Amino acid sequence: MSADSAEEIRKHVKVYITVFAALAALTIITVGISYLHLPAFWAITFALLVATVKGSLVACYFMHLISERAIIFWVLIVCLIFFAHLLLLPVATSSHY
Amino acid sequence: MEIPYSVKANPVTGIPNGKFGIWLFLASEVMLFGALFSSYVLLRVGADVWPHGRDVGLSIPLATLNTMVLIASSVTMVMAWASLKMDQFKKFRLYLGLTILLAFGFLVVKYFEYTAKFHHEIYPSTSTFFAIYFTLTGLHGLHVIGGIIVNSYLWGPGAKVWRSEPDRFANRIEYAGLYWHFVDLVWIFLFPVLYLL
Amino acid sequence: MSEVVNHHPVHEAHHEELGFLRKYVFSTDHKVIGIQYGLTALVFLLFGFSLIMLLRWQLAYPGKPVIWLGKILGENFMPGGIMLPEFYNMLGAMHGTIMVFLGIVPLAVGAFGNYVMPLQIGAPDMAFPKINAASYWFYFVGGVVMLYSFFVPGGPAQGGWTSYTPLADIAPVGQTWWLVGMVFLITSSLLGSINFIVTIVQMRTKGLSFWRLPVFVWAQFVTAFLLLLAFPPLEAAAVLQLMDRLAGTSFFLPSGLVVSGQMIPNTGGGSPLLWQHLFWFLAHPEVYVLILPGMGIVAEVIANNTRKPLWGYKTIVFSILFIGGMSFTVWAHHMFMTGMGTTMSTFFQTTTMIISIPSVIILTSLLLSLWGASIRFTTPMLFAIAFLPMFAIGGLTGLPLGLTTSDIHLHDTWYVIGHFHYVVAPGTIFALFAGIYYWYPKVTGRMLNSVLGKIHFWLSLVFMNGVFLPMLIQGMAGMNRRYYDPTATPWGKAMQPFMEFISWSAWLLAISQIPFVINFFWSMWKGRKVTSDNPWDATTLEWSAPTPPPHGNFPTPPEVYREPYEYSVPGKEKDFSPQFIKEA
Repeated sequence: MSADSAEEIRKHVKVYITVFAALAALTIITVGISYLHLPAFWAITFALLVATVKGSLVACYFMHLISERAIIFWVLIVCLIFFAHLLLLPVATSSHY
Repeated sequence: MEIPYSVKANPVTGIPNGKFGIWLFLASEVMLFGALFSSYVLLRVGADVWPHGRDVGLSIPLATLNTMVLIASSVTMVMAWASLKMDQFKKFRLYLGLTILLAFGFLVVKYFEYTAKFHHEIYPSTSTFFAIYFTLTGLHGLHVIGGIIVNSYLWGPGAKVWRSEPDRFANRIEYAGLYWHFVDLVWIFLFPVLYLL
Repeated sequence: MSEVVNHHPVHEAHHEELGFLRKYVFSTDHKVIGIQYGLTALVFLLFGFSLIMLLRWQLAYPGKPVIWLGKILGENFMPGGIMLPEFYNMLGAMHGTIMVFLGIVPLAVGAFGNYVMPLQIGAPDMAFPKINAASYWFYFVGGVVMLYSFFVPGGPAQGGWTSYTPLADIAPVGQTWWLVGMVFLITSSLLGSINFIVTIVQMRTKGLSFWRLPVFVWAQFVTAFLLLLAFPPLEAAAVLQLMDRLAGTSFFLPSGLVVSGQMIPNTGGGSPLLWQHLFWFLAHPEVYVLILPGMGIVAEVIANNTRKPLWGYKTIVFSILFIGGMSFTVWAHHMFMTGMGTTMSTFFQTTTMIISIPSVIILTSLLLSLWGASIRFTTPMLFAIAFLPMFAIGGLTGLPLGLTTSDIHLHDTWYVIGHFHYVVAPGTIFALFAGIYYWYPKVTGRMLNSVLGKIHFWLSLVFMNGVFLPMLIQGMAGMNRRYYDPTATPWGKAMQPFMEFISWSAWLLAISQIPFVINFFWSMWKGRKVTSDNPWDATTLEWSAPTPPPHGNFPTPPEVYREPYEYSVPGKEKDFSPQFIKEA
């Protein structure tokens, strides 16, 4: 990012403001949905979906992941694979089949 | 002795050492919080009943406010970095100062939430739900405090580097920012998981 | 190299003349930190070993008093010289903890990784020297906390090195200190691993592509990833157990738990198995953290002393990478006895069988490297060759434990102890000895004495097997592990001669280390001085640095021209072509 010109950064700033607005809107949406008392499955799906979108916005734009170098993606991919194992296998193991 | 690529990017990977380092650190943080989320899922699946946050006294308005505060602080953090890149040091100080204040705001709200619980004699030992609630938010709170310490250092004594080595200082702000956005990101998941579901 | 060329860097070094404290204690030089790690880890290794020496007395002669020891250790541990069952548990728990987390990993990664890796990639230092120093000091504090826990009321942790819940949740206060110590150690290895990965990726010298890296650097690279991603879940688990112990939560406590006839006051609703999952999510990759650096050292020593290229360099590297990736999916084979469903146990049996393949490939490659070589039987080479069959026994005895049918019989017997000690003790520790004998001249400028070294080797080899081979037999005969009084069962009574044999082997093994200790210190001042920077005629970059390397390592950044193990290249005058020498 260090080679960016001031002009470039100004464009960035506009993106940051837009992302902020989107994050605020999504927060309100997710809180609103929670008051609808949907069935558990849909409530969880919606809430996690919204959280994932919000998280991706933060990661992509605030953390500049969208224009990041390949090496960082490799680290994150390895990390996410292990994270998935950590999240899923213990629960799977506690089922009795 | 000069460590290669401590400021300039390595031509092969395209990034300086520090940026790679902070991302590796964040990867380990993903595993730390990941393990706690995994524990949450396992405990919740194994529980006979699992309460809704709002039914046992968690305040959704306060948590929504805190979510907004943290998102706002993320924006000011990235604005602080952008200001540095545009050579506007005063604006940078303003934005970083705002970030620190917002972080304090988050902790103040958290303090009120915690004391309200203690007032109703709700402690981590009350139930598994509150055990995981206090552990996750407490650990996240510690990360917020860590961010405040780092940012305050960079706002105050650490800012001297700007005059001698502007590139190094801008990098440091970027790394501090990456960490801070990650703290925000964790909260984005904690909020629905603990309060809304 | 002429004096004139050398003049400049020497002059520069004088500029940053540091005081004793900055130079040797709070140094940021990766070599000083490596030595600090190494010496601290050797002390802990010896300490952890002596704990088990003590425990073996109780196993060999149950209940027989040792009056003088009773006087030293006092009423809380050995009243009248007879070991209390609680003390027996403490010795076992702290032996495992200290050997794994304070002895072998800091020696393999902290010491060898820190000292050798930057030299092997031609870097002036680690990427973050201050963080590197912080890593050592976190480790040091963690070690001090573990030692301190011996003096708290109720003694140190006694729930095994695995600290299984709910037992560990309700153990005396020593367990809390264990958790605090672990948090320090985890932080230490986290800082270290970030440093290692960044250094290897970013700071390789000119010409050193990934496929020209020595196997040792590859091993450290994968190890660092395992530490980076596997340790945080244990940190999370430690936080949860601390909450259980200090804040009264029930993460690992089931509902209605009765202890000594009393219902515990906690609400319950937690899962004791959760701890096992989080613990083994770390601790299985940890097994590879223990073994991979050892394999790396053995590969270096074997290539150097066979005077020929490693057989299948790329195969070895891919196997190491595969082990690293796979090691995160096998952990529940430690938990077959917990009653998981057959689908999941089939899954974990399959992954366990799969992960054994790359280990076998590495071992086979190293074995085939010996074929047709004119081997130099130096002391490091003896240890490296012995590593092969020792690790093979350790690995192969693991297969029956990876299959549920045989595991149900063998689990919690001495067979398990024999199995993993074959991997770690005559396996990794032999590799570490090989590394010490191999790199000692680079660190000190003097060789270790080879007569003392060979005495050390042969005695260690005999008594290591004297200790661990009978354990496999005991286990297959059904002898349970962790029994305070092994004669309590009729089959145990019948096996008692084995216990005595093992104990005597262990004590003799301790005596066999005396030549090493003498050698280690004597050679520092009186050992034969090396006449060249490359006394073993080796090919990798660390041997191009001055002996011992100054702060900043290389007078000028070295350049790499070829692959790491070009020994006995046909048509060449010498039998080795170093990476750092340009030839036509």
